[in-house]
Amino acid sequence: MILDYFKLGFKNIRTRRLRSWLTMLGIFIGIAAVVALISLGQGLQMAVTQQFQQLGKDKIFIQPGAVTMGAPGTSSGVSTLTDHDVKIIEGIRGVERVGGAIFKIGQVEYRGEIKYGYITGFSFETQDLIDEAQSYKIVSGRNLKKDDKYKVVIGYGLASGDIFQKSIKIGDKIQIGKNGQEFVVVGTLDKIGNPYDDGAVIIPLESAQEALNTTDYDMITIQVKEGEDVNKVAEEIKTRLRKDRGEKEGEEDFRVQTSEQLAETFNSIFAIVQAVFIGIAAISLVVGGVGIMNTMYTAVLERTREIGIMKAVGARNSDILTLFLIESGTLGLIGGVIGIILGVLLGMGASFFAGQALGTNLLKAYFPAYLIVGALLFSFAVGCASGVLPAIQASKLKPVDALRYE
Amino acid sequence: MTQILHLNNVCKTYFLGEEKVSAVRNANIRINKGDFIAIMGPSGSGKSTLMNLVGVLDIPTEGEIFLEQHNIAKLSESDLAQIRGRKIGFIFQQFNLIRTLTAKENVMLPMMFQNIPSEEREKRALMLLEQIGLKDRSNHRPGELSGGQQQRVAIARALANNPDMILADEPTGNLDSKTGHEIILLLKNLNKKGKTIIMVTHDINVAKEAKKIIHIVDGEIK
Repeated sequence: MILDYFKLGFKNIRTRRLRSWLTMLGIFIGIAAVVALISLGQGLQMAVTQQFQQLGKDKIFIQPGAVTMGAPGTSSGVSTLTDHDVKIIEGIRGVERVGGAIFKIGQVEYRGEIKYGYITGFSFETQDLIDEAQSYKIVSGRNLKKDDKYKVVIGYGLASGDIFQKSIKIGDKIQIGKNGQEFVVVGTLDKIGNPYDDGAVIIPLESAQEALNTTDYDMITIQVKEGEDVNKVAEEIKTRLRKDRGEKEGEEDFRVQTSEQLAETFNSIFAIVQAVFIGIAAISLVVGGVGIMNTMYTAVLERTREIGIMKAVGARNSDILTLFLIESGTLGLIGGVIGIILGVLLGMGASFFAGQALGTNLLKAYFPAYLIVGALLFSFAVGCASGVLPAIQASKLKPVDALRYE
Repeated sequence: MTQILHLNNVCKTYFLGEEKVSAVRNANIRINKGDFIAIMGPSGSGKSTLMNLVGVLDIPTEGEIFLEQHNIAKLSESDLAQIRGRKIGFIFQQFNLIRTLTAKENVMLPMMFQNIPSEEREKRALMLLEQIGLKDRSNHRPGELSGGQQQRVAIARALANNPDMILADEPTGNLDSKTGHEIILLLKNLNKKGKTIIMVTHDINVAKEAKKIIHIVDGEIK
């Protein structure tokens, strides 16, 4: 029975081909946008989550400033983290190792050409943590060693000649910082796929402090001893630093976050961003729904006589209602199918473009089954919902009046 | 004889703006199984209104209509639709086929609303089209058929649920006299096979073909 209704509805849609296409346009643009945005968002979230997993759960990060977390290097210089803080943390039970780090955008000079790179200074104690977290891999030369001075490992972009006119080889000299402190290149990193990592300039902490003329840290990284409660250690660090600075609880000028908290913060920000995007895409779905409603109202008028005939030959009000609902639902569903195909293409196209043009592989579209099935059901539901009012109008027509309609 | 339809003091009143129009006044009609009745009257006489009442497409303002044992005023709209579908077959002056459907699908339509399985619907539709000599046209749409052919498809559709009663509203009105005559012959044939036929017409030559003529003038049966 329902199948017959689908056949009838499909027939009607096909008969008025141009109008049906125009009606479905609104739906498939909306669905395509939603599918593309969700797939890209899901892909991005998965990639980032994976990075957080690589980071491990036993890390604690301290950054200066009281406001919410931002990207490394963007923290405002209201407060400072110094060696003094590192010393305090070293004395806390459960702490395996501590290291300060500097992140600055700074001047890099090579053969008289001046560019800017993402300068990272690490203490040797925590360097492997950062390498792991950023998935850095040395492709040529070596990594920094203990007691290295004025030695540098550079990102793929700097080494390959993407940034400088000439490529940089192992053993070449580059100048870092305003004073032009000379560093010897000892290693280059594999391509990561984003400008931040591929423009990385990694130098020993002491050399960085010297070259950039600073004693402050932008971050302190802590690894917790195996078997210790990360959150408890983080709390203890917070308490001790607070005491040292003479600050009240809740008024700290530094932030202590465990890797899990970091991931949570990212996820919640990400969820909001995605919700906003999807909200915008949903507006086009509403407009598409209004288009379907308009088409269905026209169909009811055009087919008034037909409705009368069907009632004369035994169609109940509920039959007419179902018939029109299924027809508008089918409009939505077909629009949805086309929208999903377009959305998948769009998502894959965006991943491809991001990979080619921006050089990042973080933006990989991901299409979970629930996204596809959900989009199909949703487009059918939008179609049905838009058809409710016209269908009720159709079902309530009196057979005598409908038959007389010219 | 079994009585299948009984109109008891039936009135139908419309309001055209402020004006009250009595389309049908105190109609008393008994229709028995096997009857072939022509309802005759000039245009505006109320014969179409009467036809709608007889076909339970409309309900009376006053009086009662019994279709077999059912008082139609007491039935819900949905029940009326179901009864219409089962007991009455309609033939209209404008043929009223659904133009997006093929001849076969048009004949299958009334059976769909009675939840008859699709294989059975198709079998019966083809059989009915064969009886009226249009089996080879079963996949044509109404637009591809002549008026006479369309009306024959409409007759096949009216017979789809094997109803007791066929209501024909000016069935020859849009046809030339030869084709019209063929349609009347088809109806007479159906009557011979036991179908009750009620036909509205303003053409006395067509009405003469019926066994009994009811005249209606200004809403009153004479």
